[in-house]
Amino acid sequence: MSWVWFHRFGSPPYFYRLARRLTPWFAWPALLLLLAGLIWGLAFTPPEVHQGDGFRIIYVHVPAAWLSVQVYVVMALSAAIGLIWRMKVAHAVAASCATVGASFTVIALGTGMLWGKPMWGTFWPWDPRTTSELLLLFLYLGYIGLRSGFDDTARADRASAVLAIVGVVDAPIVHYSVVWWNSLHQGSSLIRAGGPAIARPMLIPLLIMILAFYLYFAAVLLVRTRAEILRRERNAQWIAEELAPPGTRPAGPAAGAFGGPGADALVTRT
Amino acid sequence: MIQFLQMGGYAMYVWPAVALAVAGLALNVLWARRALERAQREARRRLQMRREPA
Repeated sequence: MSWVWFHRFGSPPYFYRLARRLTPWFAWPALLLLLAGLIWGLAFTPPEVHQGDGFRIIYVHVPAAWLSVQVYVVMALSAAIGLIWRMKVAHAVAASCATVGASFTVIALGTGMLWGKPMWGTFWPWDPRTTSELLLLFLYLGYIGLRSGFDDTARADRASAVLAIVGVVDAPIVHYSVVWWNSLHQGSSLIRAGGPAIARPMLIPLLIMILAFYLYFAAVLLVRTRAEILRRERNAQWIAEELAPPGTRPAGPAAGAFGGPGADALVTRT
Repeated sequence: MIQFLQMGGYAMYVWPAVALAVAGLALNVLWARRALERAQREARRRLQMRREPA
């Protein structure tokens, strides 16, 4: 099986140009779906039987919480790929995930507290779900702090990659905490045997918001990774071509990338 | 409209939650764009320095 396609993504100029072209295709649908999902969920879904209109926090809480865990897994996977195959681009992706993932975690925790107060009678119950999510936030902040503690990018990559990979054990803990332990937090309402436990009029805008968050994450990740690649590759020749005015740039992502002048940027020797 | 804003008595929880989420998403976009602009500016500055005669 040929792995050429995989190593192509490890070429900084290839990835940079591909990211530049793909970003609008994620960003604009994300914005439209966010607006549609929010308006639909806040204004046009019926109130919940027990929680009334307070349940509408679900439309921002669940997507943020879901993505907070999945972004960490993406971060850990990218870090592992960077360590194993020594791909600078993979480390750049991992570094770019951290701030977005931490933001999602803060949103999940904050909206969760605002939902918990009227429903549980407390902002913070030290529940297995909330505690493991808080730990996830500490892992994100630890990753960001660890990276910023090194002047040398390669050492920062290696150290933070180890933290990301070790910390990924928290991802299944967050997800299964409501199954393994007694928890105030309700169990999974979407992915469960017998199908979603949410009524369809409430489910559809929730799915729209989850999709919107995925697209949003992809768009922001592509922008951040481009910045990270520029920072790492600042002395590379392909940068001059890339920063040329529009209309004078190379035609596609392959120019100067795999097999071309940018090929030596595929793998870092550290 | 008033009923919508009151959110069945849960307005003081629902609207701050929505505001927190929207602010978080907006800030991430701003930070990402700023990071890219800063990186591009720095890259252009280095290119300019390399082109200038010693």
